[in-house]
Amino acid sequence: MGECEIKELAQKLGVKTNRYGLEGKNHLSAAKDESNPYFTFDSSQCIVCSRCVRACEEVQGTFALTVEGRGFDSTIVASQGDSFLKSECVSCGACVQACPTGALLEKSTIEFGVGDKTVLTTCAYCGVGCSFKAEVKNKQVVRMIPLKDGKANAGHYCVKGRFAWGYATHPDRVRSPMIRSKITDPWREVGWDEALKYTAGEFRRLQEKYGRNAIGGIASARCTIEETFLVQKMVRACFGNNNIDNCARVCHSPTGYGLKTTLGTSAGTQDFASVEHADVIMVVGANPSAAHPVFASRMKKRLRDGAKLIVVDPRQTDLVQSPHIKADYHLALKPGTNVAILDAMSHVIVTEGLADEDFIRSRCDADGYALWKEFISDKRNSPEALAERTGVAAEDIRGAARLYATAGNAAIYYGLGVSEHSQGSVGVMCLANLAMATGNLGRTGVGVNPLRGQNNVQGSCDMGCFPHEFPGYRHVSDDGVRAIFEKEWGVTLDNEPGLRIPNMIDAAVMGQFKGLYIQGEDLAQSDPDTQYEAAGLKAMECVVVHDLFMNETAKYAHVFLPGASFLEKDGCFVNAERRINRIRKAVEPLGGKADWEATMGLAKAMGYDMHYNNPSEILDEIARTTPAFAGVSYKKLDELGSVQWPCNAAAPEGTPVMHIAHIVRNPGMFTLTEYVPTEEKTTPKFPLLLTTGRILSQYNVGTQTRRTGNTVWHDEDVLEIHPHDAEQRGIRGGDMVSLRSRKGDTCLRAVLSERLQPGIVYTTFHFADSGANVVTTEYSDWATECPEYKVTAVEVKPSNGLSSWQEEYKKDHA
Amino acid sequence: MSSQTVMSQDRMLHKANQIALNFAPYPEAQAIEKIAEHLKNFWTPPMREQLVAYVNSRPEGLHELAIKAVKNL
Repeated sequence: MGECEIKELAQKLGVKTNRYGLEGKNHLSAAKDESNPYFTFDSSQCIVCSRCVRACEEVQGTFALTVEGRGFDSTIVASQGDSFLKSECVSCGACVQACPTGALLEKSTIEFGVGDKTVLTTCAYCGVGCSFKAEVKNKQVVRMIPLKDGKANAGHYCVKGRFAWGYATHPDRVRSPMIRSKITDPWREVGWDEALKYTAGEFRRLQEKYGRNAIGGIASARCTIEETFLVQKMVRACFGNNNIDNCARVCHSPTGYGLKTTLGTSAGTQDFASVEHADVIMVVGANPSAAHPVFASRMKKRLRDGAKLIVVDPRQTDLVQSPHIKADYHLALKPGTNVAILDAMSHVIVTEGLADEDFIRSRCDADGYALWKEFISDKRNSPEALAERTGVAAEDIRGAARLYATAGNAAIYYGLGVSEHSQGSVGVMCLANLAMATGNLGRTGVGVNPLRGQNNVQGSCDMGCFPHEFPGYRHVSDDGVRAIFEKEWGVTLDNEPGLRIPNMIDAAVMGQFKGLYIQGEDLAQSDPDTQYEAAGLKAMECVVVHDLFMNETAKYAHVFLPGASFLEKDGCFVNAERRINRIRKAVEPLGGKADWEATMGLAKAMGYDMHYNNPSEILDEIARTTPAFAGVSYKKLDELGSVQWPCNAAAPEGTPVMHIAHIVRNPGMFTLTEYVPTEEKTTPKFPLLLTTGRILSQYNVGTQTRRTGNTVWHDEDVLEIHPHDAEQRGIRGGDMVSLRSRKGDTCLRAVLSERLQPGIVYTTFHFADSGANVVTTEYSDWATECPEYKVTAVEVKPSNGLSSWQEEYKKDHA
Repeated sequence: MSSQTVMSQDRMLHKANQIALNFAPYPEAQAIEKIAEHLKNFWTPPMREQLVAYVNSRPEGLHELAIKAVKNL
């Protein structure tokens, strides 16, 4: 069946019989625990070696398993003798991997056995980018096991990557292209040629009628760098405009802007291993235990070993207090006040003389620093002045700032709780200011690190899937850069920025934008202000959805092209530490074409022939045109496993830590980060603030994880509300409640939670019918138009029915 | 200059004012330059043209620095 270390050992030693017989006391009748959807625990096969207990503690850091009883009665139990499903177990599978017998075993292995072929690949969920071996049997993937020397995960993994890949063969997968001339018509299955010819005809018709800029494309952060490079190439060289964007628009575009402005590169400064050398870790607006679990385990290991911890988050996340970890400071700020808190921390550092003046003098712009120093020292930026606004006691802000500045190596990790605000970009620049002011850049153990969401969102940004930048973050107005691509692509390129996703929707509502190619993104569910988004999509005449499944956006589509999963193609993903990891084809594409082939076909049908025999040729073109990727090739990736960009003549094996000799921008630039409160404010009508986040078992809009066994842990989005707020409104835990903002309303089940302060409510957005984005607003980051998902003024009331939007949704999905 | 309307007036004013407010802490000349540069780097020509047309007709509801920056475009 599976591998069994103990059986192999017995065979090796020639042990064939049990010399004690089977009559005595034994465990053979012990019950099997089959509650977990992915693995079983068969106590009768357990030798109580404790490897699983150690894996759960030392690797995963959950401490869910223990040995109960003594001597012969010793057994492994989860939590207090609960079933695995009901226990604290997070189903990472580290115990299954460690088990030397068949006691902990994947259900897939019991059903299908182990694979007869192994393909090295990379997980397609979050931005950690764990390396896996996909085991294939009879042209089907039967198991994903971690690669011990995978640099991002060092042999660890989580419930999503290790187990939740069944979506790839789910019956909902669309296997044939489809078209329809009106969105009210039924879909008609057609061949690839007809679908691409139809799309090409429509796109060219729209350009003739409404102008060259009336169409655009969105590249998928779920696809490979080769594929996203190709989509931006198609938009620029074939559509003839810069209307290209990717989902970083709604997540980390402020990271791109903020880190580029201050440090000169739009990416994290460290490799993940760096956290093992941090003395103080500051986590801002991120919940890695849920969203980046494998990195969270690495971070928790360092925290258990003694690093100090500052958490800046309105919610008491798992990190604030979990087994053997307790934050030294939890700054439980009011949503929307990141900039105030971070400015106040900088104020303390500068006014208390904790700044690293030598570092600043040698690496940062002197005028910029002088201006910032004066600005940040002003009393209006002191913790005392901002305490009421932020809801955090001045002493705690001072304490956290002193700890950050004086503990030794200080490392910042942050998430969408920083970027998805009206001042998302400013929040990112505040973090860079803090790191520069204290000299925490340019060596192991320090830095400013975005925990990026999608498997290849870093890569799709690197590949120039932005309306203002070519691959390598070079502005479209740069003549020299355009010349490189004009020569390579044989066309003249537009020197003006194109439309960002929200601008596309605005222009569509105004009747100026008519056609959109959307590769692997579900705008209708993931973007804010759902009803406005829908109005924009409805106003377009040709929407092309290229996806694995009929997603919410497909409701507004005229063409559907079946996408290929990560198991069905070759390419690279770039993770949050700039690591370029290979994915390799394990099975044939269910829809007939890898995504790069589909894009190539569409461009050709539109009259622009860009031909590649395989993705390695696309990577070679990337290397020829993009300096940070100059040294990258499939050959090198096969040899080294992975490399971190920049990878070029100066750094042929890549760059784990950036800004070592100098800050890339050279000199680093302090920026003025005035706290400008969001206009989204509580009112008597909407007295609560809604903030949003994620849960471990589900991934973003749930397109994939909802089609796996993971729904057993989370089958609906709920609204977390503080008992005090609930009581005032006559709400009990488990009640259905209506959640209303000035934008719209939806109904959810309420769960009472003291993880939040009174006045704040929280939900997730993994299920389309919960409609979290019906409630979110049109406000966005001033610099990048990244939506302000994290702050919405709402009211919550008891309810006994669905909202009108949900009724409508239900009707559509009946 | 074309008169394409690519966003609602409310959205345009909100976006432009946000940009102005975030550069406002800089000395005025720098702030104006940074706002103009931002608009050139990130707004499409029709978006900028719509803002310019608005400022030329009646600049009400727009931050003073944004008005000055638009004149620098």
